Amino acid sequence: MKSFTTHTGKVVAMDRANVDTDQIIPKQFLKRIERTGFGEFLFWDWIRNDDGTPNPDFELNKPEAAGATVLLARRNFGCGSSREHAPWALDDYGFRVIVAPSFADIFYNNCFKNGMLPIKLSEEQVEELFQRAAKYKGYQLTADLDSCTLSDEHGFSTSFEVEPFRRHCLLNGLDDIGLTLQHEDKIAAYEAAQAGA
Amino acid sequence: MSPPAARPRTLFEKIWDNHVVHAEEGRQTILYIDLQLVHEVTSPQAFEGLRIAGRQVRRPERTVATADHNVPTTDRSLPIVDPISKQQIDTLEANCKEFGITYYGLGDQRQGIVHVMGPELGYTQPGMTIVCGDSHTSTHGAFGALAFGIGTSEVEHVLATQTLLQYKPKTLELRVDGQLGRGVTAKDLVLYLIGQITTDGGTGYCIEYTGEAVRGLTMENRMTVCNMSIEAGARAGMIAPDQTTFDYLKGRPYCPAGAAWDEAVATWRTLPTDEGATYDKSLVFDGADIAPQVTWGTNPGQVASVNATIPKPTDYADATDQKTTAQSLDYMGLVGGEAITDLKLDRVFIGSCTNARIEDLRAAAEVAKGRKVADTVHAMVVPGSGLVKQQAEKEGLHKIFTEAGFDWREAGCSMCLAMNPDKLAPGERCASTSNRNFEGRQGKGGRTHLVSPAMAAAAAVAGHFVDVRDFE
Ligand code: SF4
Repeated sequence: MKSFTTHTGKVVAMDRANVDTDQIIPKQFLKRIERTGFGEFLFWDWIRNDDGTPNPDFELNKPEAAGATVLLARRNFGCGSSREHAPWALDDYGFRVIVAPSFADIFYNNCFKNGMLPIKLSEEQVEELFQRAAKYKGYQLTADLDSCTLSDEHGFSTSFEVEPFRRHCLLNGLDDIGLTLQHEDKIAAYEAAQAGA
Repeated sequence: MSPPAARPRTLFEKIWDNHVVHAEEGRQTILYIDLQLVHEVTSPQAFEGLRIAGRQVRRPERTVATADHNVPTTDRSLPIVDPISKQQIDTLEANCKEFGITYYGLGDQRQGIVHVMGPELGYTQPGMTIVCGDSHTSTHGAFGALAFGIGTSEVEHVLATQTLLQYKPKTLELRVDGQLGRGVTAKDLVLYLIGQITTDGGTGYCIEYTGEAVRGLTMENRMTVCNMSIEAGARAGMIAPDQTTFDYLKGRPYCPAGAAWDEAVATWRTLPTDEGATYDKSLVFDGADIAPQVTWGTNPGQVASVNATIPKPTDYADATDQKTTAQSLDYMGLVGGEAITDLKLDRVFIGSCTNARIEDLRAAAEVAKGRKVADTVHAMVVPGSGLVKQQAEKEGLHKIFTEAGFDWREAGCSMCLAMNPDKLAPGERCASTSNRNFEGRQGKGGRTHLVSPAMAAAAAVAGHFVDVRDFE
């Protein structure tokens, strides 16, 4: 698994709540059997007009969004389908950090499996970041997983919470399956007890 | 394993405790998984991961696969036209062969939507932990199982280890007292609950549905309720097993039989939440307050009674709610203030893992019987599985539907997510018995209103929404 320690990047602000995984990566792209190459399909229906030209109103198409690697959004980001294609697409597009007041469970979990860091802040803090993103040209945030802080160059700094074990795995890029298989004896013992029950 | 102290426990806690392989302070619990259901869309990368790492499937007999999301619902004897879809389905079949997994393919009468097929064949049983790379795995919680959707990395983890790493969710009791009124169904009940607690009201929780109105539901209706738990953000939803559950399961192909059956039932009877057990949160509702529901927006929490008017952004105090409502109404081609019953429809879809079981088709057929689909509407019925289709045809439901002008199709997910050729054209308005009204879910620019099967059939006939209780 990919590791994550610290990242500084340009912020794109998406002022939308309940962004669902159907929007992040529409179903027509789920037919592929690979894990890579989903970035070009990210937000497919929002990013372009019906005639295929870029939709200039969409946040990711604004000139100031070019090269953004930190996504700022409103609550319940990633709701809906469990498709891991959603974090694959965000990752492939270049995002490393997503900041929102809340995330849907499965999506949140899927981010960690792909070396991306989802950060939960309060509604007020997220609002503050939206205002800062609007105010400062080329606004950047730095996420430091080691110290669990998110900060900018203009005096904003906050700590965020990540379950310690998730943090440990992400910092070290540990493979979940490998970790679990260290407990193979316990799995076998559980199965033996079940069979004997 | 010796049971922990005789503290009263909830249904969820009992199942959780029974499946802990390894727990360590500050780490995710390693939870044993009894059953994994696999489908073509979220599994190819997981099997590929196994191959790359040189790993095997630990317990192939605890894994069952079918193709559903991406299959055509037209004549099964014809080849699949879309080469990429075909490749994905062929890949699943090859993976199942390579790793020794039971696969219900397109030629098999038992093929169907994974959440219809599992219970129907008796794979789903009380007390189990069940996962699938699909968020609506919560459906299986209707049997008093702990069932939830997972991502593809986790599918691979379960294939390799038969366990999953989990943080323990909190518990949320949604109690619905009293009875549902005439014409009010399980779908209306769950849409109403999502409207009340909102689409992220269940985030971080496992829901247990309790109360008289829930206990009175049939097994298939309970599946409809648990199916949509994820639309409230919950990891899982469950209903305690009881006689209704046992009656449904008895004699199903993969259920225990004979003495083993009696033993299983005795164990299942110990699962329901103990007297005095507490939930992290409990909310109480009254079944009598619930009318037939229709969603008006682009998430399932944006829902109202059929006889209501559509809200306006200014009806909300919160700025995010105002903005979200305005975005939803704009997409749906509405301004707010319209009567729901004035909304004219272009399409009707009866299907999906929420509402494509035999009882759903019976409910729709009862409304459709002797009537005609409005000239302005194209309506389709897609059974949840080959066995549902067979049963419906045995009962003559297909005749009722086709005589009324409905299109009668082969089993699959179909226009629930429109991955196959069944989809809405931009701007088309659809009454759908599925579970998601997200933007573009049923086709780019398509406008989805979620309803019960009876409401969908009535809307097909009238050409606009009607209160099925007034539809004589
Ligand atoms: S019917 Fe719809 S919600 Fe259910 S499994 Fe298929 S695509 Fe998912």
